Amino acid sequence: MTARLRKFLGTDTFLPYWLLLPSIIFIGVFFLMPLFNAILLAFRSDAGSFTLDYFKKMVADVRFIEALKYTFFLAITIVPLQVVTALAMALLVNTGFRGSKFFLYIFALPLGISDLAAGLIWLSIFTQHGFLNSILYALGIIDKPIYYISYQNIGLTFLAVVAAEHWRATAIVMVILVAGLQMISKDYMEAAEVLGARGWKKIWYVILPLLKPSLQSALIIRTIFALQTFAVVLALAGDIIPVLSGEAYFWHFLYRNSHIASAYAVFLMVISIGMTWFYLRFLRSRMEVIRG
Amino acid sequence: MSYPRILRRTLLYMSVLTFVLWVLVPIFFIGISSFTPRNEIYKWPKPLLPSHFSIDTMRFFLNSYGVLNSLLNSVWVALLTLAFTLAVGAPAGYAVARFYFRGREGFRMGILITRMFPTALLAVPLAVTFIRWGLYDTLIGVALIHTAMALPFAVIITTGIFMGVPKDLEEAAMTLGCSRLGAFARVALPLALPGLAAAAMFTFVISWNEVFAATILTVHNRTLPAHILTTIQASPLYFRFAGGFFMILPTLFFMFLIRRYLFHMWGGATAER
Repeated sequence: MTARLRKFLGTDTFLPYWLLLPSIIFIGVFFLMPLFNAILLAFRSDAGSFTLDYFKKMVADVRFIEALKYTFFLAITIVPLQVVTALAMALLVNTGFRGSKFFLYIFALPLGISDLAAGLIWLSIFTQHGFLNSILYALGIIDKPIYYISYQNIGLTFLAVVAAEHWRATAIVMVILVAGLQMISKDYMEAAEVLGARGWKKIWYVILPLLKPSLQSALIIRTIFALQTFAVVLALAGDIIPVLSGEAYFWHFLYRNSHIASAYAVFLMVISIGMTWFYLRFLRSRMEVIRG
Repeated sequence: MSYPRILRRTLLYMSVLTFVLWVLVPIFFIGISSFTPRNEIYKWPKPLLPSHFSIDTMRFFLNSYGVLNSLLNSVWVALLTLAFTLAVGAPAGYAVARFYFRGREGFRMGILITRMFPTALLAVPLAVTFIRWGLYDTLIGVALIHTAMALPFAVIITTGIFMGVPKDLEEAAMTLGCSRLGAFARVALPLALPGLAAAAMFTFVISWNEVFAATILTVHNRTLPAHILTTIQASPLYFRFAGGFFMILPTLFFMFLIRRYLFHMWGGATAER
């Protein structure tokens, strides 16, 4: 009996499940358990009863509204900028001019650069005696350094963060779009050309609708990560610009309060799910309109 | 060539050049900042190029308290992450690539959904759990959470890699007397090796770059990004610039090595959505 059972378990019917087992256990321990614990930390008081105190404390904190505002503004500024830039890069490379492969790799370089490093890179540009001020001085445009990063110039500080994040994470969007462009069948392109679609018309009426699944993936991935923007802001702007992830970090790291840190984490998760749902719904219905 | 054609070519190359400069110039800036003599960083007006090439700043960075230690920690964490991720993720990738079984699509969906988890949602509760388990402030603890973050990528990438190895070859080997495991080890594995190496390097880069979880989960055993982040307000500008440059050196190198696989990876990720 055991021998037969062992033989049965060793067949191809069970093999895939054995192979999946480690990752399923891993997902259980490192995704589902933290999710469960985060909800407990955020909603359960030390006495063990359900409470909204931590959320109330989170919302009442002076930096919460600011953090929510800046996180939201960063996301809605950076993501569209990235999609437009990445689309331009991807379409350029897709024309297949001589050397396009080589330039594609250069465009993809920031993919390997962390948010912290990107923040530091752009700090060397935007700091008081940094490269931007030096260049403007050399061109005779300014004679005193401009303070891009300071409480007095929050608008400029915000733009500095946008510049750094735009620079760092456009590559991911571009790679997704290039992969999407490569999957578009040549037949569509030929048909479009036979029917007289050229240049912008071809891009607008043929390529973009076919690229929609890739655009959707890129938008979802980028928005979720843009909502978590953290180290770029900290490296470039210190605590001048509060963001949600940064608040979770400060509550855990400085104030040693994992309840409120978890409340922030759960809040971020809820926003991420909401945004994903919005994109899936919004973009799908648009696609049906185009098909219909 | 006709006139409009030349005009179009010129426009094309000019736009390409603009993007190239946009990507490369900041990297160039951090590079020269790291090799500028320390006192020149604060000079005004600052010359665009340093007066001379100097390793003074780099040396200061590497000799600063805690840097060398955190650098070693980073390498260990990244290597552990790489080992864990491949050990856990590659079998799953193989299963999804080779077999049709009940729950396959569900598993793939689940893997994709895990990518939406904010890092804070994993790191904060795991810090509490790890204190109980004795994994808080250990390199293994950090490597485990990095594995969790790299796992979705690893499964997606290895699925693509094993799909690229023809099933027929393995079946032929089994017909010729190889066991299932033998066929995998002697036929599929060697063919998948370059792809797996690329996946390994990608995992290394994910771990090397990660800062939020590494900072939350450690106190003394910081990784390099965690060390730089926690000391950032107190460190001089030249320390930060040298740190930034040092952190991107290995990743740029790895990204160059695996450049051919990048599109394969993300293309696969998109196709499965």
